[in-house]
Amino acid sequence: MLNISGIHEGFVLDHIQAGMSLQIYHDLKLDRLDCTVAIIKNAKSNKMGKKDILKVECPIEALDLDILGFIDHNITVNVIKNDKIVAKKELQLPKQVKNVIKCKNPRCITSIEQELDQIFILTDPRKEVYRCKYCEEKYTNPNRR
Amino acid sequence: MRHLMSPLDLSVDELDELLNLANDIEKHPEKYAHACDGKKLATCFYEPSTRTRLSFEAAMLNLGGSVLGFASADSSSAAKGESVSDTIRIISCYADICAMRHPKEGAPLVASQKSRIPVINAGDGGHQHPTQTLTDLLTIRSLKGRLDNMTIGLCGDLKFGRTVHSLINALIRYPGIRFVLISPEELKIPSYIREDVLKAKQIPFTEVERLEDAIPELDVLYMTRVQKERFFNEEDYVRLKDFYILTREKLSLAKEDMLVLHPLPRVNEISVEVDDDPRAVYFKQAQYGVYVRMALILTLLGISVE
Repeated sequence: MLNISGIHEGFVLDHIQAGMSLQIYHDLKLDRLDCTVAIIKNAKSNKMGKKDILKVECPIEALDLDILGFIDHNITVNVIKNDKIVAKKELQLPKQVKNVIKCKNPRCITSIEQELDQIFILTDPRKEVYRCKYCEEKYTNPNRR
Repeated sequence: MRHLMSPLDLSVDELDELLNLANDIEKHPEKYAHACDGKKLATCFYEPSTRTRLSFEAAMLNLGGSVLGFASADSSSAAKGESVSDTIRIISCYADICAMRHPKEGAPLVASQKSRIPVINAGDGGHQHPTQTLTDLLTIRSLKGRLDNMTIGLCGDLKFGRTVHSLINALIRYPGIRFVLISPEELKIPSYIREDVLKAKQIPFTEVERLEDAIPELDVLYMTRVQKERFFNEEDYVRLKDFYILTREKLSLAKEDMLVLHPLPRVNEISVEVDDDPRAVYFKQAQYGVYVRMALILTLLGISVE
């Protein structure tokens, strides 16, 4: 049994799909934060069989929930203050994501003007479809479950 | 300030107003001959398109305005590597309104975000070509008297033909519209139009392979060109380009008041013997294209003529 101590202030991301924690670590830019991060892979889960967990000791404002909602809105976010869970945040699909994914359409203007922000807009919340703001190329989240 | 990126940027009411204005221009061109005196239209064409560019220029000249611009990327600062965002900032200093064609999808939208003048998308790759759709709608409404309760046949390249996709999206906003999609297997309508637009909005449609089978029930037949530049290899193009040719014989099966539209240029998908038939309205359609661009320029510049 692996023991990792609790955190005083920060957040715990629970119910991450097994194997996804490292991608989320990078997407949330946690590598740039000067704080303690525990990455737990393949933890046992009654609900999911296996899951990943991320524990991050940092001010809660440091977390971009929009990006997390886009990556996987089924992740549970526990907000920790003074060693206790003070809130559980519901993640939602963001209406727009900026500079998280790139448009793969070779005919898109973003393919030649690289200083442009890569913006995707949620066009079908039911099917979780995002489209490039410029060329409307479809992006379907591979992490959809 | 408003721009036009997609035909759906205009609500049904706004579109009606624009088409009414275009019809008034058609009837009373002299009323509008000086409406844009002193105004300049910049035509920024990063890829050649004689027809669309000249139509825009004719529209502005008819309104008393003047035009400036470039007709290919080679003759613009893009050849030196200038971005669309920078170019439009400069054009904003020289002109009052801009029509932009670009091979890259979304380029006119990028321009509109940095522009101080209205930008009209004059075609961006395979994405949108809103003034063609406005032209098609004006032609149908002027000659049929309505945009609702019709059976529309779309024939030819339905896979890559952006004019067809835009027209479908514009027409489904009206009640009683039915589509007959006529194309070879290889050039069928993309699934995102079939599933996400037609089926999702419960628009009745059928898909057929033979033009002869479909033509008797149509109120409008919209022909398209099988474009060489959309194919990756010459062999496929040669095999498919003659698949659907409208001849006098096929037209004899059609209703007396059916309209034949085509965004032009045609190659050989409409036989020249059909040109004199009163149902062939594709050259009138080009004329309507000028009226609707005049109406659009006036609308985006906020100029009203009493």
